[in-house]
Amino acid sequence: MTHLDLIAFAPELLMAAAILVFILFGAFTGDKAARPVAIAAVVAMLIAAFLVANQGTDDGNFFNNLVAINDFTGAAKILILLVSAASLFLALPHIARDINKRFEFPLLYLFATLGMMILVSAQDLMTLYLGLELMSLSLYVLAALRRELVRASEAGLKYFVLGALSSGMILYGSSIIYGYSGATNFDLIAGALTASDGNNIGLLVGLVFVIAGLAFKVSAVPFHMWTPDVYQGAPAAVTAFFAGAPKLAAMMVFVRVLVGPFGDLTAQWQQVIALISMASMILGAFAALNQRNIKRLMAYSSIANMGYALIGLAAGTPEGVQGLMAYMTIYAVMTLGTFAVIMLMRREDRPLENIEDLAGLINQKPRMAAAMIIMMFSLSGIPPLAGFFGKLMVFMAAINEGSSLMIALAVVGALTSVVAAFYYLRIIKLMVFDPQPDELDHKDAREWSITAGVAAALLIVLTLGFQHLHAWFVGASAVLFTG
Amino acid sequence: MYFAIVFLPLFGALITGLGGKRLSMRAAQVITSSFLVAAAILATYAFIGVVQHNMAAGEGHGAIEPIKVQLLTWFSSGDFKLDWALRIDTLSAVMFIVVTYVSSVVHIYSIGYMEGDQGVRRFHTYLSLFTFAMLMLVSSDNLVQLFFGWEGVGVCSYLLIGYYYHKDSANQAAMKAFIVNRVGDFGFALGIFATFLLVGSVDFDVIFHGAEGLKEQSLMGFDAVTVICLLLFIGAMGKSAQLGLHTWLPDAMEGPTPVSALIHAATMVTAGVFLVCRMSPLFEMSPFASDVVTYVGAATALFAATVGMTQFDIKRVIAYSTCSQLGYMFFAAGVGAYGGAMFHLMTHAFFKALLFLGAGSVIHALHHEQDMRKMGGIWRKIPITYTYMVIGSLALAGVGIPGVFGFAGFYSKDAILESAYAAHSLAGNTAFWFGIIAAFMTAFYSWRLLLLTFHGTYRGDKHTFDHAHESPAVMIVPLALLALGAIFAGLYAYEWFFGHDRFAFFAGAIAQDHHDIVDKAHHVPEWVKLAPLVVGLAGIATAYLVYGFGNLGPMLSKMFMPLDVLFRNKWFFDEIYDAIFVRPALAIGRFFWQVGDIKIIDGLGPNGIAGRIAAGARQIARLQTGYIYHYAFAMLIGVVVFATYYLLVVGL
Repeated sequence: MTHLDLIAFAPELLMAAAILVFILFGAFTGDKAARPVAIAAVVAMLIAAFLVANQGTDDGNFFNNLVAINDFTGAAKILILLVSAASLFLALPHIARDINKRFEFPLLYLFATLGMMILVSAQDLMTLYLGLELMSLSLYVLAALRRELVRASEAGLKYFVLGALSSGMILYGSSIIYGYSGATNFDLIAGALTASDGNNIGLLVGLVFVIAGLAFKVSAVPFHMWTPDVYQGAPAAVTAFFAGAPKLAAMMVFVRVLVGPFGDLTAQWQQVIALISMASMILGAFAALNQRNIKRLMAYSSIANMGYALIGLAAGTPEGVQGLMAYMTIYAVMTLGTFAVIMLMRREDRPLENIEDLAGLINQKPRMAAAMIIMMFSLSGIPPLAGFFGKLMVFMAAINEGSSLMIALAVVGALTSVVAAFYYLRIIKLMVFDPQPDELDHKDAREWSITAGVAAALLIVLTLGFQHLHAWFVGASAVLFTG
Repeated sequence: MYFAIVFLPLFGALITGLGGKRLSMRAAQVITSSFLVAAAILATYAFIGVVQHNMAAGEGHGAIEPIKVQLLTWFSSGDFKLDWALRIDTLSAVMFIVVTYVSSVVHIYSIGYMEGDQGVRRFHTYLSLFTFAMLMLVSSDNLVQLFFGWEGVGVCSYLLIGYYYHKDSANQAAMKAFIVNRVGDFGFALGIFATFLLVGSVDFDVIFHGAEGLKEQSLMGFDAVTVICLLLFIGAMGKSAQLGLHTWLPDAMEGPTPVSALIHAATMVTAGVFLVCRMSPLFEMSPFASDVVTYVGAATALFAATVGMTQFDIKRVIAYSTCSQLGYMFFAAGVGAYGGAMFHLMTHAFFKALLFLGAGSVIHALHHEQDMRKMGGIWRKIPITYTYMVIGSLALAGVGIPGVFGFAGFYSKDAILESAYAAHSLAGNTAFWFGIIAAFMTAFYSWRLLLLTFHGTYRGDKHTFDHAHESPAVMIVPLALLALGAIFAGLYAYEWFFGHDRFAFFAGAIAQDHHDIVDKAHHVPEWVKLAPLVVGLAGIATAYLVYGFGNLGPMLSKMFMPLDVLFRNKWFFDEIYDAIFVRPALAIGRFFWQVGDIKIIDGLGPNGIAGRIAAGARQIARLQTGYIYHYAFAMLIGVVVFATYYLLVVGL
């Protein structure tokens, strides 16, 4: 370990230091510390993001080739940190209301985010596992944080058990890969693949297990089953976090593993990813149709959206990866904005979860309803909102890749977005045309309206500035394809 | 100036149409009427200018280039280039006069006739819009722009027939007019396509110049010119209510009476005649097409006259009369006397508008009573209207003293019949004899109308009779203009349209030469020249015999029962069409709606897919059991399937 390693890892070190300081502070101050710590945690994440953005020059591998720092990991970390910070900001009002003012709450966000940063930087299957577990364990606890509620405990337990199963699969897969290639390091695995005689069936089987584990994290079919239950069981603020940053991180590491060390096997893993993607889009579109609970609905929506993002990965081209990054960024914005609106669905200070409770929202809260309308239109992929461009990017990548499998994927994607448009548009119809049953609480937390407003505005701004976003991702994805 | 003539009515329509309730009803009437009067004054100038120019050039000059007013480029797509342009020659100048004069009169007349109606803004807007479309039609420089006007007048006609939209019969009549015209318009459109296909342009100049080149060409095995002419004629038949496509015209009388006068007597229905005259260079090249025009025209003239004798609705009698007179115009054009056709078009516009507006005055006086069986003896109550009606009827019957003076119809109808006789062809002779018989009937039903309406004893509601009153000046005074036209138009315009000045007057606007049918028509035997007058007077005398001294009508009806039934029921055209076209069409429509759309398309399409999706969604939701071991099982199955896939497919 040299001082160069430490400088390269400065953002992660900052996060870790912040965690330690906040734990001490919290331990001495008690639950009074929850809100100040949360605010400080948001600030810490933003500073870390700033650090990541300004360390661009010293690319390379560090800590004995255990972690990599490059444009791609940089971009991924910035996105993760911003989305995490926004999720925690959105959750601030909840600390007093639904979380029982526990000061561990913001700390768990920090732990999970640190895990994600390590995860996307991983240059070794061991580092990957380390990051993944740091993230996952924090998330399990967050899901079950309201342990006095049966549903929250159930959600946490399910998530934990299934998560452990998926972690086991990753470990098992890693050991098979080690067995066939003699290495856990990404570069060495790649080298072993290049040197091989072409029969890599053992490595492929190992890869299937790793893919299964990562697919669990992004909740892609058939590893998605936990998603609706956990989304529904966890408090809305936590669900908003689940739907954003961890998905982003898992997706980025998905890209890094498959395009990096296993880049030579693209033709093989492409088929599995395409299958997963197709199944996710179909199930996500259809299963959401009958949902009355908006959090479950958002769970299926996220499954479908992961399917769309995976189209970009399945293409296996730079264009596809750019599409995936754009799609995930826009998706994170849409999800956070949507959850901000979901959180203000409260009556007598109790959260509501049925979509019917949104009925007539436009009369009581026209601005929030307007933001929600933008979000829903964007989710259904209607131009000129950003959601359209996300879909356009991945579909274009699939079409340009040219194989019949990818074109079929694009066609399925287009068709399922028609089906999905139904439930997004139904929400708009409810808000605009249906009579309101009872008034919702009048006083909304500022954090919610700010997040919803900023998200809605971003969906329009991102459209206008889409070139800049795209240029950024072009630069970031270039690193992956140089080797 | 030409621009103003065509567009003043449009501006009037736009002001009142868009002004809505901000304009008072009176203001809307005054604006549209004054714009039209201005257009009529300008049209007079334009007409005099064109005629002077042509006359000054003299006969020897032959064709004179028409005046062109380029407005805009409409299309420019590949080889297809098209302009909005006005073409002013004798033909359009004559039509300008007819359209603007009759329209001005009708506009002013309507101020009185529509008194108390709540929709007069709408009414006057439609009238002005119609006038614009009609002027666009007659001044068009090419077939497509003509089609624009053609459809424009069709739409306005539809709107005005259905003006009393709360009346079911009015709505049905409006739809009928529109749908029947669709048949004709389809033929017209095909004709335009065929022209473009063969000539490569729809511009009149190019078509006429290229006509020679069409001689030997064929289209789908038929002579090209004949195909084009017949297709265009189908369009003309629809618009001008010729036999077969005539059924909409009598029903169109559901519209207010001024509309009947303007659209369904004087202007729009003559558009077909105008079209044939405009395309006369082409029709001249196709004897077969011309014969078809002659036969259809002759049959219509006779058919409509027979029906006209038996109707009791005062407006329907005049409507069938219009139909019949249009038949005259067509067979004139068919035998090649285009000047005669235009002549009769012009005189007919005056006296038929006069008759309609006079009938409107009667209806106005009798509180919207239209049934002649409930009229009689009212000439004392409305003497001025009576006078006008007599003038109109005299003109229609073609009464006059040869060599001295005659009413308008005397000259124009004689010209047509002489031309038909002079043709010395089977078609010409058929047209001549049909025309003579129809002339007898025309005189008969005209006087039948006069006698039933104005003479004898009153047969209707006493209260109505007591309150019968002469129409206000705003309705009566404008009729004077039409009456003047009905009296003098024939006398003074004869030389231009049909006499020795015709070459200088038309100056190439229609096809004619020195040895054509009109020339021969001047040298027919004396009895042919006298025959129309004789049968006309005989018809009037017969009418006096039957209706003048007590009503012998019912007795005659019994004597000629089969004929009477046939005529009274309009030769059962409506019933036959209903059985052949309407009911099968409705049945087919119902089949496609019930079986095709609801069962097959909706059933398999939107509803079916939606149903399957909803069912599928329920199935998928059932997968989500909530049991953790199911979830874990699904994950493991997934891994096993993928791994097996590699082992089996990729590995081997």
